[in-house]
Parts: sequence; C-alpha cells; structure tokens
Amino acid sequence: MNRLLEPLADLGHVVLSALARLGLVGRFFLGILAVLWLPIRRFSLLVREVYFSGFRSLLIVTVSGLFVGMVLAVQGYEVLQRFGSAESLGVLVALSLVRELGPVVTALLFAGRAGSATTAEIGLMQATDQIAAMDMMAVNPMARIIAPRFLAAVVSVPILACLFISAGIFGSYLVGVQLIGIDEGAFWSQMQASVDFRLDVINGLIKAVVFGVAIGLISVFEGYYAPPTAEGVSSATTRTVVVSSLAVLMLDFVLTVWMFRGLS
Amino acid sequence: MKRSKYDLAVGLFVAFGLMSLVFLALKVGNLAGYDSGDGYRIEARFDNIGGLKVRAAVKSAGVVVGRVEAIVLDPETYEAKTVLRLDPRYRFSKDTIASILTSGLLGEQYVNLEVGGDSVYLGNGDRVVKTQPAMILEKLIGQFLYNKAAENTGSK
Repeated sequence: MNRLLEPLADLGHVVLSALARLGLVGRFFLGILAVLWLPIRRFSLLVREVYFSGFRSLLIVTVSGLFVGMVLAVQGYEVLQRFGSAESLGVLVALSLVRELGPVVTALLFAGRAGSATTAEIGLMQATDQIAAMDMMAVNPMARIIAPRFLAAVVSVPILACLFISAGIFGSYLVGVQLIGIDEGAFWSQMQASVDFRLDVINGLIKAVVFGVAIGLISVFEGYYAPPTAEGVSSATTRTVVVSSLAVLMLDFVLTVWMFRGLS
Repeated sequence: MKRSKYDLAVGLFVAFGLMSLVFLALKVGNLAGYDSGDGYRIEARFDNIGGLKVRAAVKSAGVVVGRVEAIVLDPETYEAKTVLRLDPRYRFSKDTIASILTSGLLGEQYVNLEVGGDSVYLGNGDRVVKTQPAMILEKLIGQFLYNKAAENTGSK
C-alpha cells in the first residue's frame, strides 16, 4: 500500500474497530435484556449480587457522602457568609448533592468498588472456561451470570445514591449547624423551600438509574469479552473503571442539560 | 423459598435506601404536608409580603418564636393573608405590630412581632390588626427619586 495512505488506513481501522465494539456492546445489551426475566423470577440470584455489589459498598458510600457534605458545608459557608446569607448553606448543599454530586460520585465510587470486581470475576470465569462449561451443561450463562450482575448494579446505584445524599446532608448539618452555628430552622426551612421533590430528587434518582445501567453494562461486557489471560483480565478491569467513569460524567452532562435546561 | 444468608443484609440495605428516600422527600424536599406541631395560630394581613415564604421564621426581638404556616391572597381585599404558628411558651398582646423584615442585606425575609402594651393576649385564631408591609426596594428608590425631583423644583 502507498506509504502516504498508511495513516489514513490506520484511522479507518481505529474507527471501524470502535464501531464494531459499539455494535458488540449493543447486541450484548439486547442479549441481557432478553434474559432479564430470570433474575427477577429467581430472586435469590439477584439478592446475592445486590449483597456483593450494593450492600458491601454501603460503608464507602456513606462515609464518602458524610465527608463530601462536610467539605461542602465548610467551603460553602466560607463564600456565603461574605454575602451575609450563610443560612442558604442548606440550599447550596442539598441542591448540589441531590442534583449532581450524589448520583455522580456514587456512580464513580460504585464503578471503582463494585464494577471492577464484577469485571474481574466474570473475566476470570471466562479465562478458566467456567462460562463455556456452563453453556455445555445447558445453563445459559447470560441469564445465570450476566443478567443478575447487571440488574444488581441498576438496583444498587439509586439506593446508594439516596444514602450518599442523606449522609452528605447530615454531614453538612453537623458542620453547618452544630459546629459553625447556623440557625437550624433556616437551614432546614430554606432547604425545603428550594428543593422540589419531583424536579430535584426524582431527577437525581433517574440519573442514578441511568448510571447504574451504564456501569452494569460496561462491567459485565468488559468481563465477558476479557482476553483469557492474567494480563487481559487486569486490563479489562482497568478499562471498566476508566470507561464507566467517563460514561458517567458524559451521561451526567447530557442528562443535566435535558433535565435542568429550563431552570435558572 | 429457602432463606439465604444474603437475605437479611440485602433487606437491610433496601430498607436503609427507602428510609433515606423518605428523609429526602420529607426533610430535604417539600413533599411533606406539614409537621402539625404544637403551638397556636394567629392571622396577619399584609399589603405586600415581598419575598416572604412559607416556613419562614417569626421573630420577636430577634428570637425565633414561630413559623409562617400559610400565605394566601384574600380574593376580596387583595391583601396577603398569612397564618403564623407561634410557640405556646410566648404570648403576645392584642396590639402587637407584625412587620416583614429582612435579615441582612440579602438574607431571607421574616415576620417580626413588636409587642404593644395591651393586657389582653392574642389567642388561637386571633388576628393581628396592625401590620407593616415588606419594604420593596424598587418602590423605595422610586419614592426617593420622586422626592428628590420635587425638592429640586420647589427650591428653584
């Protein structure tokens, strides 16, 4: 081939393989959706996965939430008191947690804590031919292994996000009201006056569900198609965290523009 | 169905999640109807409430003594009718003056109660007769400019 055309061919190859991978993800997703009834009917499968990815993330999520809320309170107070409106601290903390930080940080933590573990687990199953063996025994690995883990992420992320937000608001209450001494009534009443349940809380939860779908899909996909080597599983795990984090942040931008465009 | 060892933990997890959702709905968001706590309610009518909001503080001498419970427009007199819920520990005389003030330059607005000298106290459902509307900055500036202009033409 012509030397000059070589870089162009490289570019084409990159684009084509990216598209092929995207198509693979899409087909994989449809494959999961087709067998999603199994973890719902055999509930114990789902419960086990929710335990490992959701319940075991409880500590990291609530502690992170607590500290994020406390830091927000300290920094927010610093700025707000210059304008003599330190009572608005509750509004600042609650809105930023409910709308953005809660779902996003929870999703990032979840991708690091549970998504990577899922990828490594499935990748190792694939590398040791456990999934192939399951297929041989006429057990559908998609329904038995993949779907419950995917669904567990979709279920866990919103619950964890709720806990993260609550812990964050509690942390800001501790710092703002108990430590700094903002009026407790104003803290809560201004918060209640400006946080709308449908507009803010429900939209935040919708975000969390979408992030759960993204992380669940990416982590099981990377594990399922991980090269069956130690190196392959390790790079698949890394890719899960990187791709999930980027996907969460990009999706967050899209969802924010879509949800809060008409606002403020 | 056989109980697995994960059931309890996941049940706990989901229960925690639901609890925090309820917390978000009732304590953080405005889904709560209203916490019908104790206290007595008085009514005050204002010409203009400015930026007063439901659940704003009611203060007397700077101390929070209650909350604004409801704000509605009277369809006949076109006055803003507010219902204030006050702490039963505090009693206010019949000729108390209610005014809407702002805490700080940009702070939130609250209702201030200035106690008079009457020996009869306000009870549940009573109405504060003397009220002072909120100050509207634009109106004040307009009035100031108008007075200034009138002064200038008068001196010439």
